[in-house]
Amino acid sequence: MSGSDTAARIDIGSAPADPKVSGRSWSLSGDFLFHTAARVAAFLAVAALFATVIAITADSRLSIKTFGVWGFLKSSEWNPVTQTFGAFPFIIGTLVSSAIAMVLAVPVSFGTAVFISEIAPSWIRGPVSGAVELLAAIPSIVYGLWGLIVFAPIFAQIEPRISQTFGAIPGIGLLFQGPPMGIGMLAAGIVLAIMILPYISSIMRDVFMAVPGPLRESAYAMGCTTWEVAWNIMLPYTRTAVIGGMFLGLGRALGETMAVTFVIGNSNMISSSLLMPGATIPSVLANEFTEATTQLYISSLIYLGLILIAVTLVVRFLAVLLIRRLGSREGVST
Amino acid sequence: MIGVVARRRTVDVVSKILMGVATVVGVFFLLWIMWTTLKFGISGMHWDLFTKDTPPPGTDGFGLRNAFVGSLILLGMSLLIGVPIGLMAGTWLAEYGFHSRTANVVRFINDIMLSAPSIEIGLFAYAIMVDPMGHFSALAGSVALAVLMMPIIVRTTDEMLSLVGNDMREAAIALGAPNSTVITKVTWRAARAGILTGILIGLARITGETAPLLFTALNNQYFSTDVFRPMANIPVVIFQFALSPYTNWQQMAWAAAFITVMFVLVLSILARWLLGTVQVQK
Repeated sequence: MSGSDTAARIDIGSAPADPKVSGRSWSLSGDFLFHTAARVAAFLAVAALFATVIAITADSRLSIKTFGVWGFLKSSEWNPVTQTFGAFPFIIGTLVSSAIAMVLAVPVSFGTAVFISEIAPSWIRGPVSGAVELLAAIPSIVYGLWGLIVFAPIFAQIEPRISQTFGAIPGIGLLFQGPPMGIGMLAAGIVLAIMILPYISSIMRDVFMAVPGPLRESAYAMGCTTWEVAWNIMLPYTRTAVIGGMFLGLGRALGETMAVTFVIGNSNMISSSLLMPGATIPSVLANEFTEATTQLYISSLIYLGLILIAVTLVVRFLAVLLIRRLGSREGVST
Repeated sequence: MIGVVARRRTVDVVSKILMGVATVVGVFFLLWIMWTTLKFGISGMHWDLFTKDTPPPGTDGFGLRNAFVGSLILLGMSLLIGVPIGLMAGTWLAEYGFHSRTANVVRFINDIMLSAPSIEIGLFAYAIMVDPMGHFSALAGSVALAVLMMPIIVRTTDEMLSLVGNDMREAAIALGAPNSTVITKVTWRAARAGILTGILIGLARITGETAPLLFTALNNQYFSTDVFRPMANIPVVIFQFALSPYTNWQQMAWAAAFITVMFVLVLSILARWLLGTVQVQK
């Protein structure tokens, strides 16, 4: 969509709306109805975003009034019996599991994207990128099921080796201690990484494909290797969109519910070890929402949802902004 | 100099290998998950799944009829709500809004909605429907799913209508057709494969969605078609049955997951194929 294309299009939207001019009032009023319906639909599509925030804020009022903002964010006490609720363990859980997912998924996505756009022969390209995109089509609950029943038992056998290898290192060793259970923060991070991989890699692939041919061809002509073209030419050129794609993946990871709920272990305690169970905001919502009996309990759970929305909205806003910035420069729609 | 050349070549070869490995890792996990679903899913297949309702806890037998019917009703209602709004909003963007400031703001917000975590939309539907009505309902679940699929339809409709050449519109206008006729009879028809692609992708996206249904449609052990009450549905059944201690429930969860994955894959492949025909036209 370049600027010239816009100018070339006729603005049929501003056709005469006055019925008296053409005399065919029936078709024009049908026209008017159609235009209005389209306008209302577009308004609804936009309003959904604001309505989400307003409705969820409204439903968390009771909890906001009871615990305040800082008090709720800082408190690690989550006890339905005493009706005290605090968000801290879940905020930490959400951030840590997503951080693990990003650390694992970003390099793999970059590798996949460069492989598909630069290295792979053309007959491999289609099937491989199709396969990676199908990974995105699998419902998250299937990831959860697979994670709990297939992946966790295998991971439980690998965990002692992880503890032995990394557990002895002073400092970060603390992160890798504890009994091998297969489920926990690290397992959730790994399943999340597999889930967000297709999102990040498909954006990266699209923008790498859109790097102007002359730019990379001249680099190859200068004698650059494939790696040098990818790292020094393509990556700097597409930087904003690549970061946008990463934010998009992060937004997915932060809000992912089912895959995490199955494998994170669901514990309200904060543990220093990544091998121990934890909980995220979405997982506690999925687990406890239907069991919540009091108004304050439900309201506190929705308050957790409000915190999640605040965070993911910022992340998603940045993602769309950054991806669009390259798009508007290069005419790529990603 | 030799050292530099050798180092550059080594970096290049090593990076190429690592990138190949990264790609293999992604494809490997896809195949692994598919294989697991297939293996457990086939072994859980049973004719009773389609003819009987979900058995009570601790009893033998198979049955998912109520959940299949419930899921189909939920998806059908979501299509009824989501497709008209999404289609009209996309049409407004492509045919009335163009690249005006307002239209670009709408596109931006729609893109933000495109990646909305489903759990947030579920909470939204809870807040606007379940909470005021006082009980969980299938209708609230459909609203949540419709809100999830809408941005996809808006975006594809907008993009696909923009691909339609202006000569078609000009020809129709020259014949004296009013805007609405130009759009419904000419541009929608020209872009129908693309628009249908968007609807299929949207449907694939919401088919396995579980999180929003936990706050809205919930589940129902019995057969029900009352949209104002909780309704059984496949995703929530998978969630509850997979975490249960009963073997037959776990088998049913896998069978349901297998059918869901197959359904979503067929939709996705169909959508890709349709999109291919669009690009050939262009």
